[in-house]
Amino acid sequence: MATYKFQLNGRPSTAESWDPAQPLLYVLRNELGQHGPKFGCGLGQCGACTVLIDGKATRSCLTTVRQAAGKSITTIEALGTPEKPDAVQAAFIAEQASQCGYCTNGMVMTAKSLLAQNPKPTLEQVKQGMAGNLCRCGTHTRILRAVMRASGAAV
Amino acid sequence: MTTSTFSRRDLLKSGAAVLVGFTFAGRSAAQMAVGADAALGKPTGINDVDSFLAVHADGSVTVYTGKVDLGTGLRIAIRQMAAEELELPVERVNLVEGDTALTPDQGSTGGSTGLTQGGVQVRRAAATAREAFRNMTPADLASGKHFNMKVDPNAPLKDPKTYKVVSQPVLRPEVPLKATGRHVYVQDFTMAGMLHGRVIHPPVIGAKLMSVDESSIRSIPDVRAVRIESFLGVVAKDEWAAIRAARELKVTWSEGQTLPGSTGLGGYVRNAAVDRDETVINRGNTASAMTGAAKTFAASYYWPNQSHASLGPSCAVADMRDGGLTVWSSAQAPHNLRANMAKVFAVPLAKVRVVYMDGAGCYGGNGNDDVAADAVLLSRAVNAPVRVQWMRQDELGWDPKGPQQLIDLRAGLDAQGNIAAWEAEMWVPMNKPGTRPLLSIDAAGMAQDHGQGAGLMTQNADPPYAAGNVRVVAHHIKDTPLRPSNLRAPGKIANVFAVEAFTDELALAAGVDPVEYRLRGLKDPRAIEVIRRTADMFGWKPRPASAPRPVQGGVQIGYGFAYARYKQAENYVAMAMEVAVERTTGKVSVRRVACAHDCGLIVNPNALRNQVEGLIVQTLSRTLHEEVKFDRARVTSVDWVTYPILRFPDAPAIEVALINRPELPLYGAGEAAAVTVPGALANAIFDAAGARVRTAPFTPERVKTAIVGD
Repeated sequence: MATYKFQLNGRPSTAESWDPAQPLLYVLRNELGQHGPKFGCGLGQCGACTVLIDGKATRSCLTTVRQAAGKSITTIEALGTPEKPDAVQAAFIAEQASQCGYCTNGMVMTAKSLLAQNPKPTLEQVKQGMAGNLCRCGTHTRILRAVMRASGAAV
Repeated sequence: MTTSTFSRRDLLKSGAAVLVGFTFAGRSAAQMAVGADAALGKPTGINDVDSFLAVHADGSVTVYTGKVDLGTGLRIAIRQMAAEELELPVERVNLVEGDTALTPDQGSTGGSTGLTQGGVQVRRAAATAREAFRNMTPADLASGKHFNMKVDPNAPLKDPKTYKVVSQPVLRPEVPLKATGRHVYVQDFTMAGMLHGRVIHPPVIGAKLMSVDESSIRSIPDVRAVRIESFLGVVAKDEWAAIRAARELKVTWSEGQTLPGSTGLGGYVRNAAVDRDETVINRGNTASAMTGAAKTFAASYYWPNQSHASLGPSCAVADMRDGGLTVWSSAQAPHNLRANMAKVFAVPLAKVRVVYMDGAGCYGGNGNDDVAADAVLLSRAVNAPVRVQWMRQDELGWDPKGPQQLIDLRAGLDAQGNIAAWEAEMWVPMNKPGTRPLLSIDAAGMAQDHGQGAGLMTQNADPPYAAGNVRVVAHHIKDTPLRPSNLRAPGKIANVFAVEAFTDELALAAGVDPVEYRLRGLKDPRAIEVIRRTADMFGWKPRPASAPRPVQGGVQIGYGFAYARYKQAENYVAMAMEVAVERTTGKVSVRRVACAHDCGLIVNPNALRNQVEGLIVQTLSRTLHEEVKFDRARVTSVDWVTYPILRFPDAPAIEVALINRPELPLYGAGEAAAVTVPGALANAIFDAAGARVRTAPFTPERVKTAIVGD
């Protein structure tokens, strides 16, 4: 067992793992109680596991616990609450941009990262910026509207 | 039961202690054994009001339903229907879904029956209870008084003109939880002592397990392999340990080549042994009408095997200890799963409980039932609760598939261009009675049903347009290469694709605009209205004859139209599409979609619109991208690269018009808007590039071949 230290949602955090190659996703979900990030493929192909590492949208299924050590990790749970959602989450709620919602974590976190880099994106830029995130229910048009709304664009 | 904060979420969060805080008939949870619904005392019979409704001290009500919300909005819609009849604000109505110990068995949540059966039954119970509820005193409420009434099928329903809650766009209460990462899925469920399991599927379908070398996983902590005949799984304390062990365990399997391969599967199906031929429709005399026709036409259409392709692989937690069994599952039919688990594992039904929890969207029978059986087998083997989640290659490789479908159409037009004769022949998997076999149960050599069913696949193969002589025949084939299952709008997507694309060819031959041609053959005002609304919304420009569209920047723009009445008895849907076709590559981009949708009474227009939009995008994905490929031994579409689905850059602009008819019966809306998608798309591609694509998916190669072929 080795101990890994990082910032989790603004607080110092430690996690133990028997395998330095263990993906951060399982550490977050099973050891640190962060169920927001979801297992979708384990291959970096769908985005359901997305977290922010040092502010940037990152696939936690491909990031090992050793790579995450020393970094600042943000999960969706830290953005806001159902009562006080942050701007992106509030836009998803207003647009009802969710069906089964299994992809929603990845959508919100990717949008968060996208808007941090480009606060006033065009619709086309949002489409390209979200291209790596899959939604199976077909909620795409609502998710796009939610991200545009979060950017302050009229929808 | 005296809490008004009793919510489904609290129930689920508490997991194994799911009953804590819940009492019925004065009994506390502590008195009730897990898995033993009889001991709960909560009525679940389909005819009792108390099965559906419980009152609380503060005057709020909990509704119990065996139907489940698979991401479709059913959860809010059923609350709205109950609240309306009870004359309560919707916030005062809680909902418990799909817990077999607490909810009546209202059948599987499939075939768009969630509201038409489930919601309507709840509404009837609420209408029956309305007067009694109104007359309850605070003391009655505080004591959790029962209704002790049978559901009255003739209980007067509220006049739709007075509706306050139904037809309102009430926001779905779980969306804030989903958007903040707090919604609890079955994938998130944990309980004390729970272990993590994974299954190891063979590299060849139906392979026998020859040998296992357990020393290959000795370096992984706290893990053990579980072998039962040819079933192989691993169980570990740590989830990552289970995943690594499943990956690294050295196993020898028997070889085999049992599959025909997916290339040229249409030809295989055409020549497959037939169990029986079914005459689905036989009206007039098509043979003589065809002979007398001015012009005749024939075409074949093919729809491939497709995966449910759930974004989150199927997951279940099972606890089989002390002679009882509890399964936490996102299966679409918890009550059916319960009965099957009781039978397969020889546990008395009263000691088996299935607790529904949300999962990733399943769109029909995906891997949920299989993974539940995996978890039970492993829990039984290690005498502890076990959580199993499939990996990506398990879900895409091993979920039962929406089966392939081959359709031949023939039509004869009279001198005026009207449809004089229509013949449809289709090849679909035969039905076999009983439950679909579960992978691990077969592998473990245990007895189980070997039923087969993929939903009502033969509907909608006849044109909705006036045609006096119609014959539809279904060849039910004996062997289907991959285990078939119901996948959203089963059969009807392929059938309407064929009907609507073929109708376009007939309109062209008749020299009539495609929209006008459809209107000519329809008398039902609801059908006419969705078509006119769609054409208006879209800005449809009539075109009696097809003229080649100009090529600009290597791209041709075209417009297509389709209409269907779902199951020929339910929703009216019309759809128009604008596409751009790249001539040299065959790449199709859908630019915009317009759809008018009439499902009778609308319960929640926002949730309904979400469904319609989702159905359009999901079916575009199925039509443009999706085919499960397999070789002689195994499925080879096992991840999002080998089984691609539609991505954001390809999401079109969508405009939806919902037509509400409060006085008329409601139809379920979880499938209907799917069926017009491939027809509208194929017709738009033809209008753009003059190329008829009759095989899905419409890959660039296929479209290019069709362009060159013309």
